Formats: sequence, C-alpha cells, structure tokens
Amino acid sequence: MKKMLIVETRLYLRDWPSLLFTVGLPVGLLLVLGLSIPVMTEAGTSGERMVDAQLPSMMTLLALLTLACNIVPAVLTTYRERGVLRRMSTTPVHPGRLLGVQLLINLVVGVVSAAILIGSAAVVFGAPLPRQPVAFAFVFLLGSAALLAIGLVIAALAPNGKTAPGIGAVVMFPLMFLGGMWVPREIMPDALRAVSDFSVAGPFAQALKDAWAGQSPELGHLAVVAAGLVIFGGLAVRLFRWE
Amino acid sequence: MKIIEVRNLRKQYPNHVAVEDVSFEVAEGEIFGILGPNGAGKTTTVECVAGLRTPDGGTVQVAGLDPHRDRAELRQVLGMQLQSAELPEKIKVSEALDLYASFYPDPADWPDLIERVGLGSKRDTMFKKLSGGQRQRLSVALALVGRPRVAVLDELTTGLDPQARRDTWELVEQVRDSGVTIVLVTHFMEEAERLCDRLALIDAGRVAATDTPSGLIAQVGDEQRVKFRPSAPVDDAVLLALPEVRGVTRSGDQIVVTGSGNLAPTVTLALARQQIVPGDLRIEQATLDDAFLALTGRKLS
Ligand SMILES: Nc1ncnc2c1ncn2[C@@H]1O[C@H](COP(=O)(O)OP(=O)(O)OP(=O)(O)O)[C@@H](O)[C@H]1O
Ligand SMILES: [Mg+2]
Repeated sequence: MKKMLIVETRLYLRDWPSLLFTVGLPVGLLLVLGLSIPVMTEAGTSGERMVDAQLPSMMTLLALLTLACNIVPAVLTTYRERGVLRRMSTTPVHPGRLLGVQLLINLVVGVVSAAILIGSAAVVFGAPLPRQPVAFAFVFLLGSAALLAIGLVIAALAPNGKTAPGIGAVVMFPLMFLGGMWVPREIMPDALRAVSDFSVAGPFAQALKDAWAGQSPELGHLAVVAAGLVIFGGLAVRLFRWE
Repeated sequence: MKIIEVRNLRKQYPNHVAVEDVSFEVAEGEIFGILGPNGAGKTTTVECVAGLRTPDGGTVQVAGLDPHRDRAELRQVLGMQLQSAELPEKIKVSEALDLYASFYPDPADWPDLIERVGLGSKRDTMFKKLSGGQRQRLSVALALVGRPRVAVLDELTTGLDPQARRDTWELVEQVRDSGVTIVLVTHFMEEAERLCDRLALIDAGRVAATDTPSGLIAQVGDEQRVKFRPSAPVDDAVLLALPEVRGVTRSGDQIVVTGSGNLAPTVTLALARQQIVPGDLRIEQATLDDAFLALTGRKLS
C-alpha cells in the first residue's frame, strides 16, 4: 500500500502540467479577480467583502470539481483502457486498492489547493481564515468525498479515456453554475436556488462559505451533500468496470 | 505430475460461446502451447485457468487449487502476462517491478530479474519509451516477480520483429529451465514448434488435438516434398524406383518428388549417380499448419 502510494504520487507529479492547471488556475483566478474587479474588495451590506469567503470558497469548489470531474475520470479510464487495472487483478492485490490510492492522492491535492487558497486570500486581501475551522474541515472532507464519488461514476460510465474529459466537462459546468460560481446563490432566483439546493455542489459551496464566514453550516445542506456521497458512492461501486 | 487440469471447460459471453469444450493437462516443468487461429477461444481459456473469468461449465485445477474459489492462493502460484495490458505511460521499469514485487509475500529479487530479462540498461526508462519487445520482456518479468510455479504467457511475441521474437523465445526457454511451468498461447506455428514440449490445437472453442509438435505433424503422415530443377533431363523411372518416393510430377522444368522417410538425401544421391545437379533444391515437410488443416479443415493463418 505504501509503495503504491509512493509510485502513484510520483506518476501524478510527473504529470505536472495538469497539476499546475488544477492547483494554479483557482489561485490565479482568485488573485486576478480579487485584484482587478473593484467590487470584490468592497464591503457589502453585511460588511463582508467578496474576497473574504465567497470568492475563495468558489475557487475551492473549482479546484475540487476539476479534480473530481476531470483528473480522476481521466486517470481511471486510462488505467482501465490500458489494462493497468486488469493486469493488477492477476496479482494478489485487488485493483480496488489502486482506486483508493488515486482518490487519496486527489483528496490530498484538494487539501493543498484549499490551503493555498486560504493562505493567498489571507495574505493578499487580508481575508479572515475560516472562522469555524472544525466545521470547515468537516464540510470540506464531506464535500470532497461526494464530488470524488461523482468523479468515480463518470469514470465508470465513460467508454474510454478520450471521452472522459468531455463527459466530465458536461457534469462540471452545470455543477459550477449551481454552486454559485457565476451567480452567487444569494442572488439566484428562487426556482434556481431550489435546484441548486439539491445539486450537491450548491449546498456544499454554501456550507463551506458559511463555515468560512463563521456561521454554522445548515444541517439540510450537509444532509444533501452526505446523501450525494452515499448515492454516487453506491452507484460507483455498482457501475465501476475493471476492464 | 500434472500441475494444470482443465476438463470440459465451457465459457459463454452474452451472445457468443467462446469456449465450447476444452480439456487438457499440463505437466510440471513443461512448456505447454495453446495454438489456434484468431477468435478460437485461447485467451478465454487461459483467463479461466488464471481465475480472471468464471467458467460456465467444466472444472479447472491449478496446483490443486480451484481458480475461482481459491483466487487468493492461485495468484501466489500463477503469474500471467495478459494479451493486451499496458502500464501507466510514465512509470519506470524499476518502479513497475518494485511495485509489483511489493504485492507478493516472497517476491523474486527484482533487480536480478531486470537483468535476466535483458532490461538492465532500461531500469530508469519510462514505459512509453520502451520498444514492443522491451515491453513484452517487462511483462514477462512482472508475471515472474511473484515467483510463480506457473506462468501463462498470452501472445507474447505478436507484433514483434523476427529478431525480438527470437530473443523472447530464448527468454521463455530460460524461464522454463529455472523450473517454471509455462503455458504459451500463440497463433504462430513456428513459435509453437520451436518452444513447446506439447501443445493443444484449439479451433472454434474445441480442442482439435493435443500432442507433441512432431506427434501432431506425424498424425498427418510424414509426407515430404522435394523440388528442384535438374541440370540435365531425368527419367521419372529412376526416381520412382527409389523406395522412399511415392510420386513425381513436373511443372515446367521443375520436378516435384513426394514421398517419406529419408526422401531428400535419397533423391539427391540418386541424381548424383547420374551426374545430375539438383538446382533450386527445396525440401518441404509437413508443418503444424498442415496438421491443423488436416485436423480441422481450416488453415491456421
Ligand atoms: N469480453 C468479451 N465479450 C464478448 N465476447 C468476447 C469477449 N472476449 C472475447 N470474446 C469473443 O470470444 C471469442 C474468443 O475470444 P478469445 O479472445 O478467447 O480468442 P483468442 O483465441 O484468444 O483470439 P486471438 O488470437 O485473436 O487473441 C471471440 O469470438 C471473441 O470475439
Ligand atoms: Mg487471445
């Protein structure tokens, strides 16, 4: 297990351009948007600025969605297509181990991305660190797990490594939209917000933002994210193909 | 001693029976070949032996284990090189072996294994930079890294150039000499003839025959053909008088003599006595191809 983790991590790092993109794009956007758009750093009605919680939590969502909808399906479908999983099934180690290791690595990359985002928001914009750190960590892990489960379902359904990124994008953009990337959830029309409330990404982003800003996440939001984890995790287990 | 026993194996895919009825036994320490045309069911058969597929009928035993029930133990005993399985593009040869060695409780010394398969100079090369032959060698090494008693090699040399193929054959013989029983799947008759102690001819999901390569060829009789262009006219009677000769035909200035036994030396000697030189001399013997054709009514390739 340890050796597999080491080797897979090395392989992951060797593919540094995509890593740079996954980690770099959200951080870059945070800085560019925060520095160039005046409204981002102006205090709103509640006294909060966009760069305090809204923008960095959206960028965290972006990083996690890229990992879940893009990287994970691409890696796993390629492994399946190239027979890597099948070769492993000729050994005493079940290829499920490889899946677990990949998910773990992507989760760690997600944590690192989030840490960089929190750090840059604090250093560059003087944004507060997440005010409810325990709730924030819990929401983050739960939401990451749910999104990664969605990524596994994409990997299960994508016919091959070429179509996986396309399918991933088809899933990723609506989730980003419903998560409030372009229209913050606060100003969404009621009907849209109702849809957003059940989109996993929406309640996840909301709970993340709440914990960041110091409010307790709503139980309803957590329940939807947890249900997403159970449903998509279950689907992934049922649908995943090793060859 | 039998290390593999397959009895009346049957495997069906949703809309297609891949293996109808296959039985064979493999003795410990031999190279056993499974030879047959594309789609004959070779891969399906060995994947059932390796416990990668569940048979729909029949029984399989490998070293006393049931591949399906005793999956875990089987994987310690049997190493498999799959017909088409690659590795991640950017994994290095040494990393792949180190990783796969870590899957087994008592693995082979993999740095030594790298040398043995002739990849010593490629230790730090990534998978995507390896040639076809080098990839196959790595595959063999990965199949052996768990110190298996049986190694199944599926289409080891398909796609390799003739030199790489011969090098790989030598490797297989070395592996056998180290005491590993080998099941070799192939559709090259030359490969089967050169490497296999015994082999099963498989056609359309059934075993057409199982024997040594020479035994299979003998089943179609040991008919031989000697072809040549004589330096001076030859009387058919001179050749037909030889006990080994069964027939003489001519096409243009070429003479084709069919017969058996020591046909070629006898014919050339008889010609020499008449001061005739056989130009363009060619000797054709029955091959596994002919055996396959005779047994199944179909050509192998
Ligand atoms: N996973 C599968 N699903 C459905 N049909 C399959 C599957 N694998 C193989 N077949 C079919 O079963 C038959 C036997 O296939 P198999 O791979 O065992 O043949 P083979 O003798 O190994 O052929 P080749 O020399 O081409 O490797 C073929 O007709 C093939 O199309
Ligand atoms: Mg095959």
